[in-house]
Amino acid sequence: MKIRFPKVIFIATSTAAIMLAAGFLRSARAEDNQFDWKQASGVKLVVMLNKHPYADAIIKKLPEFKELTGIDVEYTETPEENYFDKLTTALASKNGNPDVFMTGTYQLWDYATSGYMEPLDQYLNDPAMTNPGYDIKDFFQGVLNGGKWNLKPGSPVGTGQQWALALGFETNILAYNKKYFDEKGIQVPKTFDELYDLAKKLKGWNGPGSYGVAVRGTRNWATIHPGYMTTFSGAGAKDFEIKDGKLVSALDQPLPVEVTKKWAQLVKDGGPPAWANYTWYQCGADFGAGKAAMLYDADILGYFQNVPGASSQAGNIAYAPGPVWKEGDPVGANEWIWQIAINSSSKNKKAAWVFTQYFTGKEHGTWAAIDASVVDPPRKSIWENKDFQAVMAKMPGYLDTFNAIIGNTSIKFTPQPYFFESTTEWAATLQKIVLSGTDPKSAMTDLAKRITRNTSKLEISEPTKKTTSR
Amino acid sequence: MSKLVSLSEHPASPPKTELSKPAAKFAKRRAIRPYLILAPALLLTVGILIPFFSAIYLSFTDFTLRSSSYTLIGFDNYTSMFQNPDFWHSLTVTLEYAVICTTVEMLVGIGIALLLNEDNPLSRFLRIVLIFPLMIAPVIGTLIWKLMTNPSVGILAGPMRLIGLGDFKWGAAPDTAMFSLILVDAWVYTPFVIILVLAGLRSLPKSPYEAALIDGGSPWFVFRNLTLPMLAPVLLITLVFRLMLSLQEFSIIFALTEGGPGDTTMSLSLLAYNRGFPFYDVAEAIPIMLFLWAAVYLISFILIGFWRKAQARAAGVA
Repeated sequence: MKIRFPKVIFIATSTAAIMLAAGFLRSARAEDNQFDWKQASGVKLVVMLNKHPYADAIIKKLPEFKELTGIDVEYTETPEENYFDKLTTALASKNGNPDVFMTGTYQLWDYATSGYMEPLDQYLNDPAMTNPGYDIKDFFQGVLNGGKWNLKPGSPVGTGQQWALALGFETNILAYNKKYFDEKGIQVPKTFDELYDLAKKLKGWNGPGSYGVAVRGTRNWATIHPGYMTTFSGAGAKDFEIKDGKLVSALDQPLPVEVTKKWAQLVKDGGPPAWANYTWYQCGADFGAGKAAMLYDADILGYFQNVPGASSQAGNIAYAPGPVWKEGDPVGANEWIWQIAINSSSKNKKAAWVFTQYFTGKEHGTWAAIDASVVDPPRKSIWENKDFQAVMAKMPGYLDTFNAIIGNTSIKFTPQPYFFESTTEWAATLQKIVLSGTDPKSAMTDLAKRITRNTSKLEISEPTKKTTSR
Repeated sequence: MSKLVSLSEHPASPPKTELSKPAAKFAKRRAIRPYLILAPALLLTVGILIPFFSAIYLSFTDFTLRSSSYTLIGFDNYTSMFQNPDFWHSLTVTLEYAVICTTVEMLVGIGIALLLNEDNPLSRFLRIVLIFPLMIAPVIGTLIWKLMTNPSVGILAGPMRLIGLGDFKWGAAPDTAMFSLILVDAWVYTPFVIILVLAGLRSLPKSPYEAALIDGGSPWFVFRNLTLPMLAPVLLITLVFRLMLSLQEFSIIFALTEGGPGDTTMSLSLLAYNRGFPFYDVAEAIPIMLFLWAAVYLISFILIGFWRKAQARAAGVA
C-alpha cells in the first residue's frame, strides 16, 4: 500500500496553518475590540430628548444601537420651549426617570449642583466600561470643558468632574448676504463699530421692513448668550467678580455698561423693528427671507438658511467671525453645547453610559455630521474628515470661520446656579435700555444689585486655572 | 338600608327570604348609587385638594427644584412677596389687563350679539364665522397674531405702512405691548361673550316686547327697561367667566411678550411661572398663585351674589 505522506502532511500542515492564522486574527480583533457592547443587554432605557436635528440623528440610529448593544430605548422628544421645565421637574422627582437626557452647559450648573447628574469620570477611566476607541482627546477642549465643572460658583468651566459629553455645539458668528455685499462692494465688518455703521446704513436695503442685522431680543436668557455675549466677552468684559469672598455681579462696571450701550444702539439703529419679539426663529426667518442683511447668532442658524431650498436667500449666504471690539483683538465666540448626561437617580447607569458613549462617539458623530445635518460636530477628527469638509465647502467661509475662532471659543459666562434668573433679568434690562430709553449706567447698576442679591448667598471658590487651548 | 336590616333580622319565613334577596340587593344598589354617581366628582375633588393643600404646605417651606430637601420657614415667602416691588407691579399689570380686556370684550360682545339677534342669512353666516377664533387654542391664535404683526414679514406690515403706522411695534414696544395683548385677547374671547349673550337674547320671552311695541316704546327704552334687566343674569355670569380667566391669563401674554418689554406686561401668572420653573423657586411662586386664587375667588363670590339678585329680579320682570 502506497502511503501518500506528502499529501497528508500538506493537508495537515495547511489546516493547522489556517487554524493558527484564524486564531491569531480572532485574538487580534478581540484585542482591538475588547469592549463588550452587550454588557447591559436587555435593559430598557428611558431617554429625554429636545426636539433638534441632534436628537433626530439619535432617533434614526436607535435600531443599530439596539442591534449592537441589546438595549431598548424608549424616548420622548419635547420642543425646546417646554423641554427644560419638563426635564427639571422629572429630575427633581429623583425617581430615576429619565435615565439619560439632553442638556446644555448652562443647565448643567443647576442640575449638577443639585445632585441630579452622574459624574462621568468613573466610567471614562474604566477600560471595561469605555470603548478603547472612544478617544476623549478628540473633542475640542473648549467643548469638552463645557461639560466639566467643580460645582463651585465662580470657578470656570473645565475644572472638576466631567458631567456631560457633547453631541454638538454652536459658535456665534456673523452670517451675511454675500450676493448683496458683492453686488454693492460692501466689506464684511471686522470691528463692532464697523458693524454698527454698516447695519445702520443697511436699513431698508431690500425694501420696506428690511434692516441691517438680526439679533435676538425677547425677555429670555437666550437673548444674552449669542451675539451679545460674544461681543461682551470679546471686549474683555466680565459678568462676575469675586469681592470679599462673595460672587458679585460686575455688570455695573464701566466696560459692561459701555458694551451694553453700544449694543443697544446697534439694535435701535440697525436691528429688527420688532426686536423685543425676536427669538432665534424670527432672526433666522428674516435673514433667510432677505429682510436682514446680516445675522449675528449661532453659526448653524445661518447654515440652515443656506441649505438649498431652505429659504429664499439660500445660496446667497456666507459667514465670517463675529466683529472684534477693537482692531487687533482676537476673534472668538461664546458657545452653546448640546450634551448628553446621565440621571444620578437612574437605576440603569451601565446602560445609560453605553448609550452616552455610543451617541457621543466618533462613529455616530461622523455619520451624523455628514448624513444628518449635525453641525457643528464636537470632535476634531470629524472636522478633518474629507467627506465632512466636502459638505462644508458648499457654505462659503464656514470652515475658515470655524477654524479662525475655535481656539477662542468657549463658555464665556461665569458658572453659577442662578444663571437663568441672572440672564433673564439681563435681557429685561437690555429691553428697558433699548425700548424705554433707560440710562444704561443706572439700568446696569440696578441689574447688578438684583443679581448680586442671589449670588452673594453662594459659597464660592477662587477661580481655578483651566485649559482653553484647542 | 333599614328595610334590608329588617329583612335579614327575620329569616324565619323562607318564601319571604327568597323574595327579599333580590329586593335587598336592589335596595343596596339604590343606596350606593348616589355615591357611585358622585365618585368621579369626589375623585376630581381629591385630585384638586391634594395638590392645593400640598402647595399651601410648601409655601411655608424653602422648597426649590434644585433640591429635594427643604425646611419650614414660616411666613417668609409671604412677607418677601408683599415686600417685593415686582409683585405690586405685576398685580397692577394683572388688574389693568383683566379690567380692560373684560370691559372691551363685554361691550363689543354685547353689541355684536344684539346685531346678530336677527333672523337673516347674513346673521346666520356671521354667527358661524365669529366663533372661529374660539375653535383654536389661545396660544396658537397669539402666535398667528405675532406673525401677522411682524413689521418685516407680517401681512399687516404693508397696510400699516400705507396708513403711516409703519413704525408701530405691537408687542415689541413698551407703550403698545398692553394694547397688542388686549387686542389678541379680545379677538380670541369676544366670540365667547357673543355666544353666551346671543343664547340669552334668544331665550328671552316675546310677550314683554310685544306689549312694548303696542305701547310704542323706543328701541332704547326697550333695551334699557326690558332687555338689560332680563339679560342681567346672563351678562353677570359672562362677566364672572371673563374676569376670572383674564385675571389668570398666561398663554397669550407668554406667547406674545413673555412679560416684556422689560417688565411692562409681567402679570402675576407669569411672575409665578418664572419663579417656579425657569428659576426653580417653587415655594416663592406658590404664594403668588395663592394670592391670585384668593383674589379671583373673592371677586367671583361678589359677582355671583349680584348674579343671584339679578336672577331674582329678572324672574320678577319675566
